[in-house]
Amino acid sequence: MGKLKATVAAKKFTGTRGQVRRKRIETSGALIIAALMVLWLGVNLIKAPTQFAQVTVLGLRNGLLYALIALGYTLVYGIIELINFAHGDLFMLGALFSSYFITIWFHQENSNLAGWLTFVAALFAAMLFCGTINVLIERLAYRKLRRAPKLAPLITAVGMSFLLQFVGIKWNGSTPRQWPTVIPHGEYVWFGVIISHVTIILILVAAPLLGSLTFVVNKTKQGKAMRATAQDQDAARLMGIDVNKTISFTFALGGALAGAAGLLYQQSIGTTNYNLGFQLGLIAFTSAVLGGIGSLNGAVLGALLIGIVQGLNDGLPIALGQKWSQSVVFTILILILVLKPAGLLGKVTTEKV
Amino acid sequence: MVAISSQRKWATGYLIAVAALFITYQFLFPWDGLPMGIYDTLQLWLPPTSVNEALVYVICALGLNIVVGYAGLLDLGYVAFWAIGGYCAGWFMSEFFHMINIHFYGSVAKAAPGIHVNFWGVLLIGGLVCAFFGVLIGAPTLRLKSDYLAIVTLGFGEIIPQIFYNGDDIGGFNLSNGTKGITILDPIPAGIKNIGPFDFGYKFIVFVFLAFVMIFISLRLRKGRLGRAWLAIREDELAASMMGVPLMQTKLAAYAVGAFAGGLGGVAFATHVDGVYAERFNFSISIFLLAMVVLGGMGNVWGVILGALLLSWINSTGLPAFGQTFNSRFETEINFPSFTFLLFGLVLILMMLYKREGLIPESRLRLILHEGDPEEDLSPKESK
Repeated sequence: MGKLKATVAAKKFTGTRGQVRRKRIETSGALIIAALMVLWLGVNLIKAPTQFAQVTVLGLRNGLLYALIALGYTLVYGIIELINFAHGDLFMLGALFSSYFITIWFHQENSNLAGWLTFVAALFAAMLFCGTINVLIERLAYRKLRRAPKLAPLITAVGMSFLLQFVGIKWNGSTPRQWPTVIPHGEYVWFGVIISHVTIILILVAAPLLGSLTFVVNKTKQGKAMRATAQDQDAARLMGIDVNKTISFTFALGGALAGAAGLLYQQSIGTTNYNLGFQLGLIAFTSAVLGGIGSLNGAVLGALLIGIVQGLNDGLPIALGQKWSQSVVFTILILILVLKPAGLLGKVTTEKV
Repeated sequence: MVAISSQRKWATGYLIAVAALFITYQFLFPWDGLPMGIYDTLQLWLPPTSVNEALVYVICALGLNIVVGYAGLLDLGYVAFWAIGGYCAGWFMSEFFHMINIHFYGSVAKAAPGIHVNFWGVLLIGGLVCAFFGVLIGAPTLRLKSDYLAIVTLGFGEIIPQIFYNGDDIGGFNLSNGTKGITILDPIPAGIKNIGPFDFGYKFIVFVFLAFVMIFISLRLRKGRLGRAWLAIREDELAASMMGVPLMQTKLAAYAVGAFAGGLGGVAFATHVDGVYAERFNFSISIFLLAMVVLGGMGNVWGVILGALLLSWINSTGLPAFGQTFNSRFETEINFPSFTFLLFGLVLILMMLYKREGLIPESRLRLILHEGDPEEDLSPKESK
């Protein structure tokens, strides 16, 4: 008996020769990259341990912001398989809206009680604002193209991104704009590592948002409808799910997170620009792909990783430096897509071709 | 026969326009006897530089049309090829590498330092280098789903310009002169005359010739085995592979040919502005080109040319000129050039929503693009 089992195991089918070879290339490529990463990190850690911890904290902070944006990409991709290019620009509009809300409409420039109250109000207002815009975009542009060939909605999304950038130019002006912030500028020092108030506020706002999103998707009825629609729209419709409403709800969720990210970005960096969304959107998209697009936990994990890698690259003594930041992120993106298209936590989907 | 005569109509139309423009810019424009009113109107609404720039866009848009229109692969990083072509011109046609002295049928004095290759040779070099990069980026990524492919090309289109942007010190080596760019290229040798940066009329003919080469390549390839394979892949990858079309090779060929055109366009653009500047190669150019292809009609050569001429003219001349006239007439201060984002965004969205096949539709594509539209009548229209 045992012998028979052994022979069966030996002959187990692992794929065609091409697939096996490809898998081997992928594994060895991933190993080499991982080894190089470890070497790079190790050298830097020995050389400047405090700086290492410092940039890691900064990277994690940026990573949380990326996570909020990346979730929007991943939610939309998960449900209608569309890369929503306009999502980054939606985030930019969120940042602009928050700046206007706090500074121009409510005249808050200092961190006092009124400033804090406006901050909280701005958070909800920005989430509502971006959620509404995202729903409108879906309703006016993407819905009509849901059954069209894939090229059509993708090109529409690119056009939508340009449209939102135009709104950004008209709203913000074509040059970067500086804003006062209501978050206090103090900091704590912990073992030589500076942790600013901004970082703490960011964590305090972003973490509950991420948690509640997971709750909505996994525990509520609406979340169940979302998961069902993502699996099979037609079957979901047969089960009595209002597919259009569910998709709108998904866009609203993604937009709300982008709005929150916009507020947090504007309050922590203090500068807005019309093309902000393009850069950050791409970084966030990279995070979503790294974690496995369609997977919520993956998006958060990917975003934190990308944030840390970017922080390390920008701040460490032995690194390419900030001027190569974009290139580093995109190289990661290309490597991931080539070596492991499913991402770190994504499910492997087989294409028919 | 019917199709050929319609093609001939387009070709004759373009030829007449070319002849008229050449005469205007070469003889009429510099002529002293030209009334000032006509001169000013021309200078405002149709300056020679705008026509030449539009032709560069035509060359690139035709290349992108092969990738997007023929093979159905979305490329959002086409500007990378443009940049590589441009820097090929910068490297091989100027005094940039002044430490060496290489001449290859160049158009400048033998004593001049730097690499001086003949313009026509540089075209070939630029095209081939771009084709190489096209294959390089395509080979590992073409297995991906179409939308992932778009993202990878987008990333590529961001990395390449950044390399040139930061390229003044790569390990101590000055690759691209960074933000300062490479200026003053060699004139174009054209037998009787060397065409310098300000010979707009003759340069116009050179660019028309290049555009003509691209039209010829596009039309001939499309009729041939490769072109039919591209269309088959665009329409149904699975069916095409079942019928024995080698997917990878065919897609790679589309990438290579498209990138080659990008290289030609890059070299042409470099001679057009007489220099290469890293900050010019940004993402919007990729989108401009995509909008041109989409507006004119994906897959239709004549339509793409029309889209490229139209949008390029609006972007470089039409909007500013209209703005100037409008503002001086109504005494307003509206910044019209900033409306380009609105314009290009709207072109992409509205065309996709209401006229997916473009202004001059290609009948085959019309059917595919409207597949799945419930309200649309899918029966093939009578071909005119």
